[in-house]
Amino acid sequence: MSEQKTVDEMTFEEAMAELERVVNQLERGDVPLEDSIKLYERGAALKKRCETKLKEAEEKVAAITLDAEGNPAGTTRIEGK
Amino acid sequence: MSDLIDDTGPGTNAPEFTVSEISGAVKKMIEGEFAHVRIRGEIGRVSRPRSGHVYLDLKDDRAVLSGVIWKGVAARLVTQPEEGLEVVATGRLTTFPGQSKYQIVIEDIAPAGIGALMAMLEKRKKALEAEGLFAADRKRPLPYLPEVIGVITSPSGAVIRDILHRLRERFPRKVLVWPVAVQGEKCAPEVARAIAGFNRLTPGGALPRPDLLIVARGGGSIEDLWGFNEEIVVRAAAASQIPLISAVGHETDTTLIDYAADRRAPTPSAAAELAVPVRMDLLAWADGQGGRLTHALTRAVALRGQRMKDLARALPRPAQLVESARQRLDYTGDRLGPALVATAQGRRVKLSQVSGSLRPAALRRLTADARRHLAERAGRLTRDMLQRDIARKRRELDTVLARLSRAGSVQTDAWRRRIDGLERMRQSLGYTETLKRGYAVVRGGGKVITTRSRAEAAPSLEIEFQDGRLAIGDAPKR
Repeated sequence: MSEQKTVDEMTFEEAMAELERVVNQLERGDVPLEDSIKLYERGAALKKRCETKLKEAEEKVAAITLDAEGNPAGTTRIEGK
Repeated sequence: MSDLIDDTGPGTNAPEFTVSEISGAVKKMIEGEFAHVRIRGEIGRVSRPRSGHVYLDLKDDRAVLSGVIWKGVAARLVTQPEEGLEVVATGRLTTFPGQSKYQIVIEDIAPAGIGALMAMLEKRKKALEAEGLFAADRKRPLPYLPEVIGVITSPSGAVIRDILHRLRERFPRKVLVWPVAVQGEKCAPEVARAIAGFNRLTPGGALPRPDLLIVARGGGSIEDLWGFNEEIVVRAAAASQIPLISAVGHETDTTLIDYAADRRAPTPSAAAELAVPVRMDLLAWADGQGGRLTHALTRAVALRGQRMKDLARALPRPAQLVESARQRLDYTGDRLGPALVATAQGRRVKLSQVSGSLRPAALRRLTADARRHLAERAGRLTRDMLQRDIARKRRELDTVLARLSRAGSVQTDAWRRRIDGLERMRQSLGYTETLKRGYAVVRGGGKVITTRSRAEAAPSLEIEFQDGRLAIGDAPKR
């Protein structure tokens, strides 16, 4: 568990890579039992993190409105047709 | 007759113009005749003075035509004149009477065919490439799952629709659309401004800074896509800190922004595919990982349980483990007492051996020996010894003294013999011996008288003979 970042700070990609690593390690079966339980718990947390990130599948589309100089002034929603 | 009819030479009846008149006529004619022309030629020298107007030459292999593009026109040209570019210039001819010149006032300029355009594109590409703007080490990796995607395209049309549609299918995300013109002269500056503008946003702000940009446009002619070949667009894409996907035109169209982008997508939909993974796949993957995780742990526990059972079977009875140890203990315990006794005895024997020689008798013998030794020495230390010593020393002294007196008498004898010799010599030399032979010594007044005159003068005389003195005259009695 060399990763210093806590699971909750990980991006989806980091959590994904770490989860893969944990699963592989656990599947190799050469981890002491004590550690394999810790690994399992970490894997479960990572999976939860991944699922959370996957649930954040929120679509929000906005178009930037520009002022006279062409700088962004705000947004308007656009319909995702 | 001659009054009626002018004598005219050939041509002399032609009307006479002033220079201005003829210049004006030429101007009128040229501007009337060539009010709208399209001229094909290669652009020669281009100069852009501060006024903003553009002056250039159009030329072919035999002729040169001066041209001018007024400031207002120059600003909205899609194709900016570049030296060497083969163009078709549209405009009107005009003259410049002050210098006897004519020129074309250009209203529009377009590359003369695809070949000319491609040649210019190639040239520009080489220049930008030489600057390193397309270098592979400038390319940034795309985020695996971007939080906010910035899309730079036309807000209306199929492109944004395709992108949003594909994104929703795969993985709905926050999307910020920066509307731009995707063709025409406004295209390049607006796209460049949008790329820079997205980069200037702050992450998580009111307008959150995207972590991925897509610059997209649908298919079109090379002229339609031309804005994406413009240097400002290429530079903005190369400078973007946010990873950028270009998706301009169809798969076969390549614009310069594609070289500067971090990834090139063949179509806008493909850009959406590059941008996000498929959510359902990932959910399934996460489920799969969860399954593997549980399975692996279960298996790890089961394996260990099995192994424990196996080992437990191989484990001997506890009593069996202890038996041999107990036997050893008994055996060793039995030997413990005798061993102690034996050791003690051994020590005692050794002690008695050692202490045996340490008895008072031994000490007495030692002192007796010492006393005897002392007595021996003391015995030798008697008066005899001292006296012998003294006697010996005295003998030595006597010898020395004898030698000294012998040496002394030898010395005195020698001296005595010398004195005797000297005495004999003195007597034989002295007058007394002479007296024995008949001589006499005459004295007068106590003094020896050697002359007659002194004898006569003396009141008395004394004559000394060998056997004594004889006074003559009134010599006082002796």
